[in-house]
Amino acid sequence: MPLLEIDDLSVSFDTPDGTVSAVRGVSMALEAGKTLAIVGESGSGKSQTAFAALGLLAKNGRATGSVRFEGEEILNAPLKALNKIRAEKIAMVFQDPMTSLNPYMRVSDQMSEVLMHHKGMGKKEAVAEAVRMLDAVHIPSARERIRLYPHEFSGGMRQRVMIAMALLCRPRLLIADEPTTALDVTVQAQIMSLFSELQSEFGMALLLITHDLGVVAGSCEDVVVMYGGRIMEKAPVDPLFADPVHPYTLGLLRAIPRVDKGSEELLTIPGAPPNMTNPPPGCPFRPRCAWGGDDCDAVVPPLDSVGPNRSRACIRPVETIREGIPADYEEALP
Amino acid sequence: MLVEQQKMESLAGRLVEEEVKGRSPWADARRRFVRNKAAMFGLVILVFVGAFALFGPYIAAWSIDELDFMVLGQVAELGGPSIETGHYFGTDDLGRDLFARVVQGTQISLMVGLVGAAIAVIVGTLWGAIAGYVGGATDNVMMRTVDILMAIPYMFVLILLLVMFGRSIAMLFFGIGLLSWLDMSRIVRGQTLSLKNMEYIEAARATGVSGFRIILRHIVPNLLGIVAVYATLLVPLMILTESFISFLGLGVQEPLTSWGALISEGAGTMQYGTLWQLLFPLFFFVITLFGFFFVGDGLRDALDPKDR
Amino acid sequence: MLSFILKRLAVAIPTLLVLIVLSFVLMHAAPGGPFTRERAIPPEVLANLNARYGLDEPLWKQIGTYLWNIVAHFDFGPSFVYPSRTVNDVIAQGFPITLTYGAISFLVAVIVGCSLGVAAAIKQNSWLDYLAVGVSIGAQVLPNFVMAPILVLVFTLWLGWLPGGGWNDGQWEYLVMPVVALSTSFMASIARITRSSMLEVLAQNHIRTARAKGLPTRRILLRHALKPAMLPVISYLGPAFVTMITGSVVIDLFFSTGGIGLFFVNAALSRDYSVMMGITILIGGLTILFNLVVDILYAWIDPRIRY
Repeated sequence: MPLLEIDDLSVSFDTPDGTVSAVRGVSMALEAGKTLAIVGESGSGKSQTAFAALGLLAKNGRATGSVRFEGEEILNAPLKALNKIRAEKIAMVFQDPMTSLNPYMRVSDQMSEVLMHHKGMGKKEAVAEAVRMLDAVHIPSARERIRLYPHEFSGGMRQRVMIAMALLCRPRLLIADEPTTALDVTVQAQIMSLFSELQSEFGMALLLITHDLGVVAGSCEDVVVMYGGRIMEKAPVDPLFADPVHPYTLGLLRAIPRVDKGSEELLTIPGAPPNMTNPPPGCPFRPRCAWGGDDCDAVVPPLDSVGPNRSRACIRPVETIREGIPADYEEALP
Repeated sequence: MLVEQQKMESLAGRLVEEEVKGRSPWADARRRFVRNKAAMFGLVILVFVGAFALFGPYIAAWSIDELDFMVLGQVAELGGPSIETGHYFGTDDLGRDLFARVVQGTQISLMVGLVGAAIAVIVGTLWGAIAGYVGGATDNVMMRTVDILMAIPYMFVLILLLVMFGRSIAMLFFGIGLLSWLDMSRIVRGQTLSLKNMEYIEAARATGVSGFRIILRHIVPNLLGIVAVYATLLVPLMILTESFISFLGLGVQEPLTSWGALISEGAGTMQYGTLWQLLFPLFFFVITLFGFFFVGDGLRDALDPKDR
Repeated sequence: MLSFILKRLAVAIPTLLVLIVLSFVLMHAAPGGPFTRERAIPPEVLANLNARYGLDEPLWKQIGTYLWNIVAHFDFGPSFVYPSRTVNDVIAQGFPITLTYGAISFLVAVIVGCSLGVAAAIKQNSWLDYLAVGVSIGAQVLPNFVMAPILVLVFTLWLGWLPGGGWNDGQWEYLVMPVVALSTSFMASIARITRSSMLEVLAQNHIRTARAKGLPTRRILLRHALKPAMLPVISYLGPAFVTMITGSVVIDLFFSTGGIGLFFVNAALSRDYSVMMGITILIGGLTILFNLVVDILYAWIDPRIRY
């Protein structure tokens, strides 16, 4: 039984300008102790998928479908039940540690309250445990610095605090939402290696949400590529990089700067992500796709298997994609 | 009663943002404003009150200072609102036609509100734009001055001024306007600081356009959104200030009148059963304030849409 | 923290001095000087008066004396119209009354306003929210000088429940209407500000973090949301204090409570400059002091403001 099983999850938001469908029928599974990455541009629905699972959607958000954790349904579960899972079993690390930590509370208070609430510890004991956890994420002189406010830490240190806070109850699953986006490249690498270190130490599963395929490469087993609220491709990480079979994945890969192919031009995907108030019918990537045709608008491409543990949502044959972008495409762009 | 600074700051931030994207916020804003029921209702109210002030004198059956000797001494019994006598709103305690007086009160109160807000907006915009654009020591001195002036209980100073320099309407306009530009200048300064670092302003500076010209041609027009919202919300505050002073009997003087003076008179005589003397001016006062607040809020929400 | 307070004081004290000097200069700039009356005063009497009040001295010396007396002795000098009374007498008589109902009104406005705003924000789009929003929109067009006559009309003239004016040593019947009239519009403003800032805070990232920590809603509201939500309210308290003191003038006038506002209006009507200046300076000083307290409170809540 997978640790986390998401099945046909849809998320929508009621806004003054109409209903926004952020996630549309997404399914995926994560085994205990493994790492799964959700990759996509901003607005692809990757963060909202995670928020929906933990019941953290904004007030105007609605989620349908099913999310099972250890076999139990947690989607739209009552707050009381959710609060027993949050932090204790599933913890979350957020994108921007500056705003995601409470700027008005000392780190010691923010960390100790988790243990006091979930483990019934006393204040002293909880702070001592929090210091141990800050040590574990390699924050120097943690005993003194735990008394500080978040703004007194550097960006990378703040994210370490955030991670330490998430690990306090030794959760079985850690969801990291763009944990390195706000950080310098060197710090990014440190944080990613910290994740794998902690994962082997605590034996937890990691759901990594990122827009950066480069971050994914060295750090996880499986990848889900999302676009326009739908899954474009699901694959183990190595085949995905070696042999992309979805036009969008191909585009993402071509947009990663590579040292080994220095001469090759860095390519962007033309166009902008779809407006989710009025998403295009059929394949959401169709307007930006080099292979797109009128037939793509007709149906939502189903997620078909294309290999072991591998599937993709595209109606073009795999061979056509492998041949590369049609020669006449780049000229045809407006 | 006061303009909420947080929301104004949020609006300021939003308007600078729009500038970066190179897209005018106005087209979207108009659509949102028209869809906003409260704002459109406020607009209708303001049109109605404006028409009342403009065309009221032609409808009134009596002139402002004419005494109706028929009702004199028996105002409570005979001076009530009536179509037959031509006193649509009744008469005041001296037998003067209340309709004509409310029309005049509306004219004067609206005028004080508009002129006062205009003065406050012009002074505040220029002060803030110059301080923000020039920066450095000038900025420091100018904004410290604002800080110091902020701590002055301005209503008391205004009354002091009115007593010392005579209670003329001009003084009232001037005094109210001059004492209300402080918040405006702070917002405009912040806005100018953010605009100053935009590329097109730097480009203008690099090509040798003079500082004052940049302020007038580039900075001030870009402040339009925030100034429009602020001005709309400032008008009712000016009206409130004027009414407050006139209520104390320290504002406009007889034979001229304003809403505050009329409310004060009406409140003074209500125990004699002449309730209309309070209610008619109060009605116009209240709906006008509502009108301005609705339009101002609608304008702000249209330019800075947020769920709140 | 101490250096922060000292820095603020370094701004506050010059501000007060500027206020004193400014109003003194204004008085001298007034056409005709302080003793201009409808009836012309004989020149020898005027000279006598000027000498008596020290107005024949050079301006800088007058300012110096005036300043020194206020700063060193808290002495605002004699009244220009009633020579037997000093400005200090007037303040001693009226100020305690203003302070009493002013403080009560302030507390009522803050406590009721904040609770209403927080409740409305938590139960957004419920009947409570609509009620709070409705009341606060309605009340912003009901300033004290509109509330006062309406209250008297309803509770004194129609229902006969409450006395229409007077002070009577601050018995509660005499306090109700002044307090309600003075506090309503502030309560409404505070409720509006609290509501919108609470909504804004509740939508912030760190609240989502707190929710992800599995904390109960109550704890999230009290420990995580309330403090930052109060910041805009606190910065509103400074201006609110000034406007409230200003409003007390109407209260004193309409309810004959005998507070400082009554003396101010009477002084204004009789052109008694020294009383007007004394009251203005006193209130200016209080405003500066209050703003100082507000600044300190703000810095205490928001750790990022500590320099």
